[in-house]
Amino acid sequence: MKKTKTNNPYSRILVILSLIFFYVPIVYVCFFSFNSSRSLTHFTGLSLQWYEAMFTNRTIMEALWVTIYVAIIATLISTIVGTLTAIGLSRSRKIVREVVEQINNLPMMMPEIVIAISLMLFFIGLNIKLGMATLIISHIVFCIPYVLISVMPKLRQLDPNLAEAAMDLGATPFQALYKVIIPQIIPGIVSGALIAFTMSFDDFVISFFNTGEGINNISIYVYTMYKRINPSINALSALIVLFVSLVLIGMHVVPRIMERKTHKNEKKGKSSDEEMECLLP
Amino acid sequence: MKSFARLTIPYIIWITVLIVIPMLMIVLYAFTKDGTLLSFSFTLDNFLRFFQDAIFPSVLWRSLVIAVVTTIICLLIGYPVAYGIAKMKNHQQATIILLITFPMWINMLVRTYAWRGILSASGLSADMKVYIGMVYNFLPFMILQIHGSLSKMDNSLIQAAYDLGANKLETFKRVVLPLSIPGVLSGITLVFLPAVSSFFIPKLLGGGDFVLIGNLIENYFITTNDWNFGSAISLIMAIVVLVSMYLTKRADKNVGESEDA
Repeated sequence: MKKTKTNNPYSRILVILSLIFFYVPIVYVCFFSFNSSRSLTHFTGLSLQWYEAMFTNRTIMEALWVTIYVAIIATLISTIVGTLTAIGLSRSRKIVREVVEQINNLPMMMPEIVIAISLMLFFIGLNIKLGMATLIISHIVFCIPYVLISVMPKLRQLDPNLAEAAMDLGATPFQALYKVIIPQIIPGIVSGALIAFTMSFDDFVISFFNTGEGINNISIYVYTMYKRINPSINALSALIVLFVSLVLIGMHVVPRIMERKTHKNEKKGKSSDEEMECLLP
Repeated sequence: MKSFARLTIPYIIWITVLIVIPMLMIVLYAFTKDGTLLSFSFTLDNFLRFFQDAIFPSVLWRSLVIAVVTTIICLLIGYPVAYGIAKMKNHQQATIILLITFPMWINMLVRTYAWRGILSASGLSADMKVYIGMVYNFLPFMILQIHGSLSKMDNSLIQAAYDLGANKLETFKRVVLPLSIPGVLSGITLVFLPAVSSFFIPKLLGGGDFVLIGNLIENYFITTNDWNFGSAISLIMAIVVLVSMYLTKRADKNVGESEDA
């Protein structure tokens, strides 16, 4: 491993500048969430009043609850249906697989607003009252495709005879699925579920058109505030930043520490850190 | 195991009912005049209305221009950034990618709202604010897609180019760039698509009278309740989007072929 100094400083500076660009608004809202005045441009002093205002604001708390509730239910259902469908598709005839994959891609290929209004027209056309149920259904509609596209590649890597082998050895189809196939594709299922959760948690466009009176998620709430300055939103944003940081730290750092610990115990003294430097010109 | 194929049946029913039929309903509404589902009559009025009034095509044009410019800016910034990341050591790459994905986990509306505060005292024009909002929201997609294709690249190909006497620029032009095109293309798709139909970025950052095609659709569905005309606008937008995606893909193929010749 030769460590050639091919990396020019400009590309590093550019990377750092883009990171700053991405973090400016995040740092900004967190900072101004502690402001003592309503101003979004002048910091007048430290205060926790916007946090207090946020926690006592029923609309915000309900929006937060709706967002989490919908995201959890949509993720659960889409992960189960998406995984089972992916397994089914891997055993289906080619024509079925291709047609399903094409239609499955539609919600990802079409502008979101088109999917949103198509569902709204559908629900209203059937006289279904827009509300929590339609909100959850519409979220499942756009979440399943993401689960499907993250599980399918894992299934393609599997030996197609795996399930047969399990069943030859006396497993029922359900056992073959549950004990043999699913454990093999768990990484795909987990990443699919994560994408589904973020997509649902973040969604605005589809939620906006498919929710009913009084049921708002965070995005819709922020959108309705577009004319006013409401510093409680800064506090809410800071709270979301904290929540996301904790989740990501939990997801990335903890497994890495665990891995490093087991690594150290396994091969003491051996340097296992194989660092490859990329050869890009 | 063929019996597993049956697991697909619920989803086939699901996509038929909740993707195919709703899409057809947009088409149905776009080609009819106000009536119920059972008594509708075919008409082209909604489309004629769109193209006869100068304002609607100009809004569509403006949305396209903003989306195209946003895509170009994202490509011009995103490629060098992705390239810079791909040249770093593996563990650094993982950290930077994590740092870029982190903001994407935070609600888009919340992040866009944050820009309102920052830009409120800046005195920038509404156009500029909207561009900043768009680039901010969609640049990560571009970087991640291009980085994905650059980091998957086989280093021995680059080594081979050097061994065969290519210099840095030639290696980049003839090996790295062509191999990164799939990432560039999916990056373009992931930026252009949401940019052309976005309606909360113009509304939050551009002010109430900054109207793009997405805002138009929103108005006709939420405020005016003219679903037939709203559907026609959506259909026109969907077609324009699909055609531009198709043209992007074809342009890429043509470039590839002329390189070979």
